[in-house]
Amino acid sequence: MRTWRLRDQIILIAAWAAGLGLCAVTGAIVIYMGVKGFQYLRPELLVTHPKTSENGAVSGGFLDPLIGTAVLTAIGIALALPLGVCSAAWIVEYGQGGRVRQTLARVVESSIEIVAGTPDIVIAIFGLAVFEMGLFGPLSTASESGVVTGHSFFAAGATMSLIALPPLFAATREGLQAVPAHMREAAYALGKTRIATIRRVLLPSVRSNIATGVTLGISRIVGDTAIVIVVLGETLRNEPGRTVSIPIVGPILEFLTGQGSALTSYVYDNSPAGEGNAPEKAYAAAFVLLLFILALNGIVGLVSRAHTRSTGFEAGGGRL
Amino acid sequence: MNLDDTLIDPWPLEAEAVGERADLSGMGADTATARAGIAAQRPDLAGERVEPSRDAVPPVRTIVVDRVPTAVVPPQEREARRTLATEAGPERLSLRDVSIYYGEKRAVNSVSLNIHQGEVLALIGPSGCGKTSLLRTLNRLTELTPSAARAGEILLDGQDVHALQDTTLRSRVAMVFQQPNPFPMSIFDNVAFALREQSRKKPRRRELEPLVIDALRRAGLYEEVRDDLNRPALRLSGGQQQRLCIARAIAMRPEVLLMDEPCSALDPISTGVIEELIHELRRDLAVVIVTHNLAQARRVADKVAFMYLGDLIEYGTADQVFDEPRAVRTRDYVRGTFG
Repeated sequence: MRTWRLRDQIILIAAWAAGLGLCAVTGAIVIYMGVKGFQYLRPELLVTHPKTSENGAVSGGFLDPLIGTAVLTAIGIALALPLGVCSAAWIVEYGQGGRVRQTLARVVESSIEIVAGTPDIVIAIFGLAVFEMGLFGPLSTASESGVVTGHSFFAAGATMSLIALPPLFAATREGLQAVPAHMREAAYALGKTRIATIRRVLLPSVRSNIATGVTLGISRIVGDTAIVIVVLGETLRNEPGRTVSIPIVGPILEFLTGQGSALTSYVYDNSPAGEGNAPEKAYAAAFVLLLFILALNGIVGLVSRAHTRSTGFEAGGGRL
Repeated sequence: MNLDDTLIDPWPLEAEAVGERADLSGMGADTATARAGIAAQRPDLAGERVEPSRDAVPPVRTIVVDRVPTAVVPPQEREARRTLATEAGPERLSLRDVSIYYGEKRAVNSVSLNIHQGEVLALIGPSGCGKTSLLRTLNRLTELTPSAARAGEILLDGQDVHALQDTTLRSRVAMVFQQPNPFPMSIFDNVAFALREQSRKKPRRRELEPLVIDALRRAGLYEEVRDDLNRPALRLSGGQQQRLCIARAIAMRPEVLLMDEPCSALDPISTGVIEELIHELRRDLAVVIVTHNLAQARRVADKVAFMYLGDLIEYGTADQVFDEPRAVRTRDYVRGTFG
């Protein structure tokens, strides 16, 4: 009896220690980055272009990497969201019944798992290999000699969608699996088709799960460095790519086919490890990155709480 | 009496306990000490008006005998309503030699039945007798089970249900389930979803509103929810949710309403409300209800079909099946010999 109690206590203390230890590490990161960030972050850094200079006072801000991160996130999520939600809906709603379908569903599931487990540098190399092909030439910047480089916002965003896809898929799938079967039956019994049921009943029910998946996807895109360096080109400023002489759409396409950088590569370049060697700017940019992630988590919490409140329904699963 | 004994033995003999209660209500000096002792053991009972015996004797349930029990609808009145039932209308559904298989197993064995508008048919029988399978074949919901297969013919107004699109069939043969299953949307949207063309948003709210209100009114729910149709349906009580499901099912003006034990998850008051609703609804519809509850079948049904192990054993009017059953198994079942 006594030994059991002692062991119980040790395990209890160990569990508490592990939990508090993790909190301490998280707290240390946030506080350290917060202090450093506040120390170096000046509003003008957010709105000025970076310049090439050894002198930190004139090397500019990080407007370009900030825009770069935003654009990459937008492209990545815009591609990953429909793919992830559709594949999850297919797996859960159509991937049963019949051996062929089940096998196919399992193949799709494990491929997504493999993508999830692949290091992003490998995905980056793959993305570059794809977009270097002549077929995709118009989508990326050409070098002076006219060779397709495979570097562009579009190429990097598309590659980013691959790393955002697995969390999005998993969160949506878990949400759909948690929707009770009687909800589907109720819709079918009203004479609704499968598509109508998925669109009007199932997907709205798992909106908060999808939101969670989107946050996880965004966090992965925002935090990725390898793809930025390999596929985006990691230039100091965002440079336009192909010349497109169409009004309004032209400049957007020029931007999307151009090279650039993101906050992560900016942090790396300006850290003592990189060539810029301006640690104070690295701290400021890293702080902005951290704020972005924290804000994102807050927004998703609000969205899912509002969703639960307005529908009275919680599909479960998919929690962060 | 020895109070120490009472404290050690938590369940003393009844006589002892009663004695103790009397003793304590007298508030003798030693009982007060005992109270202090109990209060020390159970600090939550240390308040002023604590019954010290609560810890020592089993809880006593009081039954109020000086008040007449209240009923939602007095039994006599309910009987009167029953006899008001209209004459059976035209034939809606006709089953001819319907058998249902799950893989190799036969769940329903060539059942033939006719279902008329204006009457309530109750399918009764012990668990696993195939009554729910039979009900779910009527709107082809069994097709969602991959291993299920069906033989025989089901005619809706003379037309084979397999000649109809399943979506068309299901809007003409609506269904209410055992568990209330409203969608996680507002009350309005739950009914409006049934009325809208598949996944389209049109027609708009203003056009649908009269239809939605009419359906809610026919389901006897409108008066309770009229103030806030935008409230989430899942915030309603279980009985209200089930009436919302009925409203949703009858919004499309179906010809047949299938009900799979619609009251088994509900309290008696909600059950009473829904049973009355079934009476109201049968004027425009044919109602088929599966129930485990024989008393309910007797209350709501005009016709009763008794099934046993996949066979239709007996079919007749409710009075006939319950009072003068022809088959031995029916008699044993309705008398409660097995089940």
